[in-house]
Amino acid sequence: MKLIYEKSKAGRRASSLPPQGLPPAEIPEELRRSSPPRLPEISEPELVRHFTALADRTFGVDTGFYPLGSCTMKHNPRVNERVVNLPGFRDLHPLQEEDASQGALELMWRLQEILAEIVGLPAVSLQPAAGSQGELTGLLLMRAYFADCGEGQERREIVIPDTAHGTNPASVTMAGYEAVGVKTDPRGNVDLDDLRGKVGPQTAGLMLTNPSTLGLFDEGIEEITKIFHQAGALMYYDGANLNAICGISRPGDFGFDIVHFNLHKTFSQPHGGGGPGGGPIAVRDRLEPFLPVPAVVREGGTFRLDYERPKTIGKVRGFCGPFGVFVRSYAYIRSYGPALKEMSEVAVLNANYLLARLRNAYELPFDRLCMHEFVLSGRRLKREHGVTTLDVAKRLMDYRFHPPTIYFPLIVPEALMIEPTETEPKETLDAFADAMLAIAREAAEQPELLKEAPHFRPVKRLDEVRAAKRPVLRYRFEEHEDLQPSDEPRQLEAQKGA
Amino acid sequence: MSFLSLTEQDREQMLEAIGVDSIDDLFEQIPAGVRLGRPLDLEPALSELELVAHLGELAARNVDTGREVSFLGAGIYDHYVPAVVDAMLARGEFLTAYTPYQPEMSQGLLQAIFEYQTAICELTGMDVSNASGYDGTTVAADACYVAKHATGRTKVVLAETLNPQVRQVVKTYAAGFGLDVVEVPHRDGTIDPDELRQAAAEAACVIFQQPNFFGCLEPAPDLATAAKDAGALPVAHVDPVSLGVLEAPGAYGCALAIGEGQQAGNYESYGGPHYGFLAARSEFIRRMPGRISGETVDTDGKRGFVLTLQTREQHIRREKATSNITTNQTLLALAGLIHLSWLGPQGLRELGETCLALSRYAKERMSDAGLELVFPDQATFKEFAVRVGRPAKEAVRDGRAAGIHPGYALGRDYAGLDDALLVAVTEKRTTDEVDRLVEVLVG
Repeated sequence: MKLIYEKSKAGRRASSLPPQGLPPAEIPEELRRSSPPRLPEISEPELVRHFTALADRTFGVDTGFYPLGSCTMKHNPRVNERVVNLPGFRDLHPLQEEDASQGALELMWRLQEILAEIVGLPAVSLQPAAGSQGELTGLLLMRAYFADCGEGQERREIVIPDTAHGTNPASVTMAGYEAVGVKTDPRGNVDLDDLRGKVGPQTAGLMLTNPSTLGLFDEGIEEITKIFHQAGALMYYDGANLNAICGISRPGDFGFDIVHFNLHKTFSQPHGGGGPGGGPIAVRDRLEPFLPVPAVVREGGTFRLDYERPKTIGKVRGFCGPFGVFVRSYAYIRSYGPALKEMSEVAVLNANYLLARLRNAYELPFDRLCMHEFVLSGRRLKREHGVTTLDVAKRLMDYRFHPPTIYFPLIVPEALMIEPTETEPKETLDAFADAMLAIAREAAEQPELLKEAPHFRPVKRLDEVRAAKRPVLRYRFEEHEDLQPSDEPRQLEAQKGA
Repeated sequence: MSFLSLTEQDREQMLEAIGVDSIDDLFEQIPAGVRLGRPLDLEPALSELELVAHLGELAARNVDTGREVSFLGAGIYDHYVPAVVDAMLARGEFLTAYTPYQPEMSQGLLQAIFEYQTAICELTGMDVSNASGYDGTTVAADACYVAKHATGRTKVVLAETLNPQVRQVVKTYAAGFGLDVVEVPHRDGTIDPDELRQAAAEAACVIFQQPNFFGCLEPAPDLATAAKDAGALPVAHVDPVSLGVLEAPGAYGCALAIGEGQQAGNYESYGGPHYGFLAARSEFIRRMPGRISGETVDTDGKRGFVLTLQTREQHIRREKATSNITTNQTLLALAGLIHLSWLGPQGLRELGETCLALSRYAKERMSDAGLELVFPDQATFKEFAVRVGRPAKEAVRDGRAAGIHPGYALGRDYAGLDDALLVAVTEKRTTDEVDRLVEVLVG
């Protein structure tokens, strides 16, 4: 379909502004715009049709099943959209006086208390904008803490399992630390022997996702904790997979010092095509003085923002963080109350049911019950029939399912990482399982069906190599070269999802 | 509790298929010693009706911009958000999709991101934009990271007239990035290019804001030139809705242009979620942080869009990534694209002219009424600083009692300005409202 710029016609517009009856104001000529930005010139009817057509070519959780592993694509309750759009929240300026924003402050304070209870750590900062910013914030807290203890110079390393999301090592580098990898053992747990050799006085901390990206709870968690505590290092819990354990197990109780939440995963902030998210962090008492400012505190029956934190690392984002995300997540948690436990139980039940239905047709690299997600390998299909996990993913589109995360975690060849979430009915899980089984049969009988998939989407497979080699990253008004397919359109067999 | 879809019968059948007796059996991999063993201590569940009532009560205890005439700005502004933005953002496909990892499922979204990137490039005069950053503060830290790696230098220079929160966030990140942060003081409301040139020696980048935090127009072309003279990358932090009347940073030689996107398409929302934009000249393409949508073709030669240049990103490059950003602010950036499309080039210019004319009217009325502008010689866009002859906090209190929020008390961030208010005048204000503001301030 056409770009909005290709629909543009000089003289059309959608906007109208009130006349002020004021003379135009002067500004220095050298600061005035010399040529106008080529924004679209389009009427409102065409504007609405354009974005409606774009929506039609987009698949969301509202459209259908979206088992993108480690992304927790659950239903987004519409009551949350209603409450976040109340004018008292939506139109509230972040610098409004505290006496005129008590409702917002109370909501944030209440959410802090709730999050503290869920993970078993006392102090919460809501400020980080997403999980990866929560990671960076947590690592900066480690830096500040060890600098304060006089150990900042020697503790340079952060230990990360080989199953970790790429954000972990990326955050480590941004925080000025060095990432040290640790292997996974044959049961899918952290390899304790490897770990023991890598933790010492040089270690600042661990970053662990538990359940891991394999969808497995680490059975050696108590021993891991002992190793880090003996080394005087801190433990960071990546909350990407918190949806598996709410009300069942708390990272603070099993030794973690810092936890980040992904409000858009566990607590249903709609993913918005890529965001917004929310990445609050909860910490143990000894780290609280270093949290970002302002802190939201209660004094008697009123709430205020506290900037007087001499040891704070500073700010990681403007104001108090993504407030609208807090409203939705607070509403979501209040809809469940203590039954959040049932949310996690059903997430785990759904995942295990789907695993039970698929484990014979695809390879299961670690033969265990899973938590809220599981990882299969398409290695056998590749070996026996020459079809890849990418082909399986594309063929799933023909069955009107969003593919799972693929090629991640990196330690599983031809990985398919499947997270159904708790909100899906059994019928959907069965339909998806039926499709996956049918695709496994097709791989043997009609592999070209997979290799040429998808057949019914607005485009066929896209040439990702060309996009990267000859980047076209904005509409070129001046010239538009004729598009020619290269001889071999290529997709990268690289991580998609998580 | 209406968000779950399994019946009791479903559960029994599923447990049987798995081969376990109960849901508890599924959790046996969690060692007994690390289980909670008690219910979470949370308040009881609320029905949808109770939830709406509870949140309605909390919302009612906030005074929003619909309940008082607001001249409050200082980084977040009470601009009009057109109805088409709300209508399109309510589409479940946009709302409930995630990052378009599988392009055939998300062509609409990828095209929208591509169109957004184009709009940001057009506004800023740059060659490439990412799909969004978290907000106007974090994109400044991102720009420093780009500059550090592009120049190999470890100092960054910030104008003192850059939003204080932006400076705070850069300083927080700088601890991890290994960067020294130097600030250049303002002289009568703007930055002196010669002073900046000296400070920029051996710096990776210089970040200044246009219009600056006081609302004043910096000599932006001279500042960019001064940075370049010192071998530092000039970075402009700009207000997107000013760029219909103010020159594009690309036209005066900036290497990167960044800013807070809230002004274009987002509600104030107590500070977020909003989006930050980051655009750069083509030479920095492979150092950009974040998602980027690129054009390509499918097997039939048909145009399509994919996430591209992913070897920059954390999920491929891990510890060598240009950033750790993953979840971004796509939905808010989409709101920006829709708002900018609604405005069009003509509407954007009119919006800017309206802000200019209304704020000039406000400055004149205040001067006529005997109030002293803090920087009377400086040109401004939609915001300006005025002395109110008493602690500014008192003026805020009195104004609010009269149903007007008169602005931001500058003393919190700048010494010697305890009696100064930062007054923002958007296109939503009227001359009558400005007149009322002046009456309240004069007393």
